[in-house]
Amino acid sequence: MSDLAAIWCASVALACAILAVTRPAIVHALIWLVAALLSLAGCFFALGAGFAGAVQILIYAGAIVAVFVFVVMTADASPEALARERARLAQGWRRPAAAVGLVALPLALGLLAGGTSPAAAPDSGPSLGAILFGPWAVAVEVASGLLLAALMGARHLGRRREEP
Amino acid sequence: MSVLLIVLFSAILLMGLLGAAGVFTWGERRLLGFLQERLGPNRVGPFGFLQWVADTVKLITKEDAPPAGADLAAYRLAPALAALPMLAAFGVVAFGPGLVISDLDVGVLFVMGMLALTVWALVLGAWGSRNRYAMLGGLRAAAQMLAYESFLGLSLMGCVLLAGSFRMGDIVAAQEGGLWFILLQPLGAGLFFIAGLAAAHRLPFDLQESEQDLVAGFMTEYSGMSFALFFLGEYIAILLVAALFTTLFLGGWAGPILPGPIWFGLKVAAIAVIFVWLRAALPRPRYDQLIAFAWKVALPLALLNLLLTAWIAVGRSA
Repeated sequence: MSDLAAIWCASVALACAILAVTRPAIVHALIWLVAALLSLAGCFFALGAGFAGAVQILIYAGAIVAVFVFVVMTADASPEALARERARLAQGWRRPAAAVGLVALPLALGLLAGGTSPAAAPDSGPSLGAILFGPWAVAVEVASGLLLAALMGARHLGRRREEP
Repeated sequence: MSVLLIVLFSAILLMGLLGAAGVFTWGERRLLGFLQERLGPNRVGPFGFLQWVADTVKLITKEDAPPAGADLAAYRLAPALAALPMLAAFGVVAFGPGLVISDLDVGVLFVMGMLALTVWALVLGAWGSRNRYAMLGGLRAAAQMLAYESFLGLSLMGCVLLAGSFRMGDIVAAQEGGLWFILLQPLGAGLFFIAGLAAAHRLPFDLQESEQDLVAGFMTEYSGMSFALFFLGEYIAILLVAALFTTLFLGGWAGPILPGPIWFGLKVAAIAVIFVWLRAALPRPRYDQLIAFAWKVALPLALLNLLLTAWIAVGRSA
């Protein structure tokens, strides 16, 4: 039952991801991206990793991509802009696709070879915290350093300039 | 619970929520009338109680015409996105001991995620209608939702810390026999209430649809049932925030004599009344003050609250 749900969610996520990269209108592409992220959250729930699923919805679908939309909703969405985008993408997709293929090929080979069996996922808040601030404490601190750098960058870009 | 029981419970809850949202619109209008020294709707049925039924019939039969040049996919998706996550979030709310559709171990996080998805409804509705007022409303909505959701989650983490669990039932159980968390977490409760008002985009946090400067903001081009779905989402969001506040800070279903679900309903209703009261009492703040308050006052306070709570929790366990 839960396997079937996971496979279903994964298929939906794959279909949405394909639509996300093939739609010429950028807001539509983002809608499909969010649909793919939500389907992925469905996969997590179906596989019993509720924490990862909830965080996936909250952080990715609710916050990060919403910021993307905030930026692109001011973009030109007229039919002319769409036609321009189509013409531009008609040629430009080959090299990025080749780059993705370089990543996807070893991944697919690894999966076909049997892959690794997933470790038991931490399910409750306390056990997850114990793992994050136990064996993975250094990784957490490195990630927080990255966030601090981003924060300082945002402060730098958003500083008030003196009027000349 | 068996599958059949879950389906039955979900259907009853869904009908109950739709009815409650309808009755709430009537109650709000009567209460606002009382607070503003006028009558409010009092013609349809006893005390005007059937006004919401008449409104529903009107909205269903009204033409729902998208503007020419609208992006139909986004325009049609937005109202559904306004209502569905709110209804889904009620699936993890515990109305009584064991009285919950899915007793998810990350219940609080799931509700936060569903609240975070509402920004999509506002932004897509605004972008899809291809209207300048709607676009301005959408931009305001996106910035406001991001600002206020940043401390919504942090403000309730104190309760999660004290209870040691994200599960709704565990948080209520942690308050049973002891003090309610509103007494242990007064700062968290206040911040969560403010963030909840903003998440349900109620006055004084409804600048994205303020009539005076933006017609109706992101809803400008909507009519008929699409319009009604936005309002349904808003009223269910109020009930959701009230239910979350009750669970986290007011002891959930705990109370003497009466059965648990009735106490839960009474507490939710009391908070909903406060929401309406605030709408009548408070003016809208200026937009830059609103955003500055969220980032410069509320977020640091929420972090401070979490830090103090963590110190106390560590001290108690040591």
